[in-house]
Amino acid sequence: MTPLIAEGTRATAEAASGTLQTGAWLLVGLPLLGAAVLLLGGRRTNAWGHWLAVALSWASFVWGALLFLDLRGLDAEQRVRNLHLFDWVPAGDKTTGFNVAAGLQLDPLSVAFVLLVTFVGSLILVYSVAYMEHDPDRRRFFAYLNLFVASMLLLVLADNYLLLYVGWEGVGLASYLLIGFWNHNPAYAAASKKAFIANRVGDLGLSIAIMLMFAGFGTVSFADVLPNADKASEGLLTAIGLMLLLGACGKSAQFPLQSWLGDAMAGPTPVSALIHAATMVTAGVYLVVRSGPIFEGAPTAQLVVVIVGAVTLVFGAVVGCAKDDIKKALAASTMSQIGYMMLAAGLGPIGYYFAIFHLLTHGFFKAGMFLGAGSVMHGMNDSVDMRRFGGLSTAMVTTYATFGLGWLAILGIPPFSGFWSKDGIIETAFATGEGWRPWVFGLTAMLGAAVTAFYMSRLFFMTFRGRKRWPEEAHPHESPALMTVPMIVLSVGSAALGFLLWSGSRFEHWLEPVTGGGVEGEPVIPKYLLMAITVALVLGGAFFAWSRYGSAAATVPQEAPRGSLLTRAARRDLYQDDVNEALLMRPGQYLTRSLVFVDNRGVDGVVRGVAAGIGGIAGRLRRWQTGFVRSYATSMLAGVLVVALGILAVRV
Amino acid sequence: MTPLVSAAPSLADVLTAAGTIPAPKVDYFAVSPLLVVFAAAIVGVMVEAFVPRESRFRIQVGVAVLGLVAGAALVGAVAVDGRVLQTAGSAGAAIGGIVGAVVVDKPALFLQGSILVLSLLSVLTMAERTVESGGPFTPQASAVPGSPAESLARRAGLVQSEVFPLLMFSVGGMMLFPAANDLLTMFIALEVFSLPLYLMCGLARRRRLLSQEASLKYFLLGAFSSAFFLYGTALLYGFAGSVRLFDIAQAISGDSGPVGKDPLLLLGIALLAVGLLFKVGAAPFHIWTPDVYQGAPTPVTGFMAACTKIAAFGALLRVSYVALPGARWDWTPALWGVAILTMVVGAVIAIVQTDVKRMLAYSSIAHAGFILTGILAYSRSGVSSVLFYLLAYGFSTVGAFALVTLVRDAGDGDAVGGEATHLSQWAGLGRRSPLLAGLFTLFLLAFAGIPLTSGFIGKYAVFSAAVAGGGWVLALVGVLASAVAAFFYLRVVVLMYFSEPSGPTTVVATPGVPVVVAVSVAAFATLLLGVFPTVVLDLTQGASAFLP
Repeated sequence: MTPLIAEGTRATAEAASGTLQTGAWLLVGLPLLGAAVLLLGGRRTNAWGHWLAVALSWASFVWGALLFLDLRGLDAEQRVRNLHLFDWVPAGDKTTGFNVAAGLQLDPLSVAFVLLVTFVGSLILVYSVAYMEHDPDRRRFFAYLNLFVASMLLLVLADNYLLLYVGWEGVGLASYLLIGFWNHNPAYAAASKKAFIANRVGDLGLSIAIMLMFAGFGTVSFADVLPNADKASEGLLTAIGLMLLLGACGKSAQFPLQSWLGDAMAGPTPVSALIHAATMVTAGVYLVVRSGPIFEGAPTAQLVVVIVGAVTLVFGAVVGCAKDDIKKALAASTMSQIGYMMLAAGLGPIGYYFAIFHLLTHGFFKAGMFLGAGSVMHGMNDSVDMRRFGGLSTAMVTTYATFGLGWLAILGIPPFSGFWSKDGIIETAFATGEGWRPWVFGLTAMLGAAVTAFYMSRLFFMTFRGRKRWPEEAHPHESPALMTVPMIVLSVGSAALGFLLWSGSRFEHWLEPVTGGGVEGEPVIPKYLLMAITVALVLGGAFFAWSRYGSAAATVPQEAPRGSLLTRAARRDLYQDDVNEALLMRPGQYLTRSLVFVDNRGVDGVVRGVAAGIGGIAGRLRRWQTGFVRSYATSMLAGVLVVALGILAVRV
Repeated sequence: MTPLVSAAPSLADVLTAAGTIPAPKVDYFAVSPLLVVFAAAIVGVMVEAFVPRESRFRIQVGVAVLGLVAGAALVGAVAVDGRVLQTAGSAGAAIGGIVGAVVVDKPALFLQGSILVLSLLSVLTMAERTVESGGPFTPQASAVPGSPAESLARRAGLVQSEVFPLLMFSVGGMMLFPAANDLLTMFIALEVFSLPLYLMCGLARRRRLLSQEASLKYFLLGAFSSAFFLYGTALLYGFAGSVRLFDIAQAISGDSGPVGKDPLLLLGIALLAVGLLFKVGAAPFHIWTPDVYQGAPTPVTGFMAACTKIAAFGALLRVSYVALPGARWDWTPALWGVAILTMVVGAVIAIVQTDVKRMLAYSSIAHAGFILTGILAYSRSGVSSVLFYLLAYGFSTVGAFALVTLVRDAGDGDAVGGEATHLSQWAGLGRRSPLLAGLFTLFLLAFAGIPLTSGFIGKYAVFSAAVAGGGWVLALVGVLASAVAAFFYLRVVVLMYFSEPSGPTTVVATPGVPVVVAVSVAAFATLLLGVFPTVVLDLTQGASAFLP
C-alpha cells in the first residue's frame, strides 16, 4: 500500500539517517541493559547498581536531546523518520500475509515523549537514590524503573501497533511489579493485582483493535494504516476507535476502568510520580492522539472519547475533594487531569496539540508535587494523612516552595505552566462542535477547573498551612539535596515550561507534522471573557479552600467528620469498587463456580467415563492375548477370513 | 546368492522360453549395496569358522559395522548417480537392478538407506558389553536353560557372536524386500530376513525360556503367514499369468484382461495382504507382536521394531502402488478396516500394559495403523509421508529400546540384574537418572506426536495425506487413537518424574560408548526431524515415485 498523504499536511516518513537517528534503538536499549544487569547481576551490583541505572537513564536523555536537536534542524516535512530494526513477523506472503517489521518512528510526537520520559524519569531516579536509600531491595527497585523507562520508550517510539503493544505490556508489567514492590504487605500485593487486572481489560481492547486493523488494512504499521484510514468504512474505524479507547481507558485510568489508580499509590512514591502521574498513565492519550486519523474518520468514537474524558475529569475532581490521603488525592487529580487530556484528544487536530501540551506540563507539575508529597512523607515518618499535617511550610521550606509552584501550575494561574495548556483545552472545548456540544463540554471543563482549584488548594493548605496537627513524635525536616534538587528542577518546569512552549506557537508548529495542525475555532464565548471567567472561578475555588483549611481561623479536625452523602460517596471513590464488585466480581465468581461445577461433573465426568470405558474395553481385549500359539493362529485365520470376505464382499 | 539369480527372470519368462533359462541381466552397481551386505554376512560366517574365539566378537562387530557403512555409502552413491533412476520403463525394461526381479528406484533406495542406518544403530546396541560382561545374548543358545551346560558356558565366557552374521543376512533380506519387483523374489526376501530374526529372538541372556517361547511363536506364526503370502502369490499368478508386479497391474487394468477370474484376483490380494500385514504387525494379525517383543533380547526387539516395519511397509507400498492400483476399489475398504482396527487395538490395549516392552509393542501396533492411513492416501504425498514416518519412528524406537536395556534390577554386589521392565520399577527414575529419564521422555513424546519431535511431523504428514486422499475418517480415528495413546506415554513420564521411587531395587546401568552413540544419534535425529523436517521431507518427496 502506498501511503496516502492528506493534502500534504502529514509528512511522509523517510528512512532514518545519521548516527543519531540510526542509533535511536539505544534509547530503549540503554535502560533495558540497565534492567538486565541489575536483575541478572544479583547482589554483586548492590553497591553501584542504582548509579548505573541513573547513568543509563541520563544517557538515554542525552541521546534523546541530541536527536531532538537533530530533528529540529530539519525542515518540518522531513521530521518523520523511520528506523527499520528487523523483520519481526514474516508470516506468509509479502503482500497478503501477516508481515510486521520491528521499527522505530522518530517524529515530533515521539521525540517529545522521549524527552519527557527520560528527563522526568532521570530526575525521579536521582530522587529515588535518596528516597529508597534504606530499602534492602533498592537494586530491584532501580532495575524495575529502568525496565519501565525502556518499555515506555518502546511504546512511544514503535512504528507499528504491535510493537507499541509490546511496550504497552512492558509498562504494565513494570507498573505491576512496582505497585507491589512491597508485596509483603497483602494490601499492596492486592493493589498491584487490581491494577494488573484492570489493565488486562483495557489491553484486550487494544489487542482486538490491532486484530481489527489487520483484518481491515492487512497491516498494523502507522505508516500504512493511518494515511489510509479515510479509505476504510466508518463502521470499521468506529470499532477500531472504540477498542483503542478501551485500551486507553485501562492504561490511563479513565472511566470506567479508573478504579485501579487510587490503589496503585501503594507503590513507593517515586513510582507514583513517574509511572502513575507523569508518564505511563498518559500512554492512553498518546494512543488516541497517535491514532488521530482513525478517530477523525469515526465521529462516534471521537464523541465517546470526549465523553469519557469529561466524565473522568469530573469523577476525579469529585473524588479528589474528599480524600484525606495526600497520595490518593493526588491520584484523583491525576485521573481528572488525564480526563482533560482525553477530552482534548477527542476534539480533533487542535485538541491533539493541547492534549499533548497539557500532558507535558502536567508531567512536570504533577511529578513535582508527587515528589513533594514523598518529601513530606519522608519527613513525617511515612504518614500520608493530611489531617495530621498542617503548617509544614516552616519545617520544609524547599518542599513548600516547589510544591507551591506545582500547585499554582495545576490551578491554571497565569503565567504558570498549567494555565497555558488547560486554558487551551477549555477554549477548544468551547470552540468545537455544534449545538449543545461546546456548551456541555466547555462548561464541564470550566467547572472542573474550579473544582480542581478547590481540592488542590485544600490539599496544599491542609499540608503546608493552617495549624500544626502532627503528633508529638513527628519531627518534620527537609529532605536531602538528592531529593530536593529534582524537585527544584521540576518546579522550574512547572513554572516556566508552559509559557516556553506556548510562546510563538512553538510547540504547536513542532507537532504539526504529526497532528496535522488544525485551526483553532472561535469559542462560543469570546476568548478573553472565557479566560477571565475561568481564572475567576479558579481563584474562587482556591479562596473557598483557603477559608476552610488555610486561614488561621480554620480548624481541620484530626478525625474526618461524617460529611455529607456526596462526601462519603467520594471518599469511597464514588462506589467504584462496590459497582465493580456487584456488576463484575460477584457474577464472575458465580460464573466460575458454576463452570467449575460443570467442568468437574460434566466435562471431567465424560472424560473419566470415556477413560474408564476404554480401560474396560482394553481389559476385555487383552484376554485375546492368551499366550497360546494355537489360539493366536486361530485368530489369524479368522482375520484372514474376515479380510478375504471383506474384499469379496466389496465386489458383490 | 542362489535365490537372487534363480528368481531373476520372472517365472512367466522361464515358462514361455520353453525350458531355456536366459542369463539374467544384472546392473551390479544398482544392487551393490545388497551384495556388500550379503558379502559381509558371509564373511561373518567365515569368521565364526576360522577366527579364534577370543577375538571373534570384536571382528564380528567390525565386519557388521563395515558392511553396513559400506552399504549405506553405496546406497548414497547409487542415489546420487541417478543413472538407474532416470530410465522409467514399462514391463521390466531397462531399469536398474536385476532385470525383472529387482528394481532399484528412489523409494527402494530411501528404504534401503533407512534400514542400513537404523541397523547400524541396532548393531551398536547389540555390541554393548559394558553393562553386562557377556552382552545381551546368551553365551550358548543350544544349552538348555538352567542346565549345567548353560552355567558352564557362562563361566567359560562364551559369546554367541553368530548374532552378527544373522543380523546381516536379515538386513540383506530387508533391503531386498521393498526392492523386489516380482512376488517370488519378494517371498524369498521375506524368508531371508525372517528366518534369522526368528533365531535372534531366542538368544536372550536372561529369561531364556520366555525368549525361546517368543522365538518359537514368532517362527510358527511367521511360517503360517508366509504360507498365506505364497498362496496369494499362486492365486495372483493364476489370475495374471505372471508374478511380476507390473504384469499383474496390466492384467487388472487391461481390456483384454482375464475374464471370470476375479475370485482368483480378490482372494490372491487378500492372502498376499495378510502375509504383509502380519509382518507390519497390523490387527488382527498383530497378535504375535507383544509376546515376541517382550521375549526377544531388547536390542533385537529394537532392530525388529524399526527395520522390519520399514521393509514390510516398503513392500506393502510397492505391491499396492505398482501391482494393485487398478483393483484399489476392491481391496482398500478392507484395508481401511484393518487400519482402523489396528489403531484402536494398539492404542487401547497399550493402556493396560504394565511391562514397558509390551507397552512399546502395542505402541508399535498403533503406529502401524497410523502408517497404513498414509498408504491408503494413494498419492505421492502418501508415499512420502510413509517414508518419513518410517524413518522417524525407527530412530525413536531404536533409541527407546536401547534405553530399556539400561534400566536394571539391582543384582548381587556390583553385577547388575536383568532388565527391570515392569513399569512400577520405572517410578521416580527422573530423580535418580535425569539424563535417561529425559531421553526416554523425548522418545515417548515423539511416539505421542508432540510438536518439535519427529513424531509430530510424521503424524501430521500421514494424516494430512490421508485427508487429502479422502480418508478423513481414517485421520479422525487416527487422531482419537493418538489421544488415547498419549495417555499411556505420558503416564510413563508422570511415573518417572512425579512418583516416589520404588526403592533401591532398580538401578540404571552406565552404558559403554556404542550405546551412548546409538542413543545420542537417535535422540538427535528425533529432535532434528521434529525441528527441521524439511531436509528429510524434501528427500522423501523426491523419493515418492515407484518405477514399475
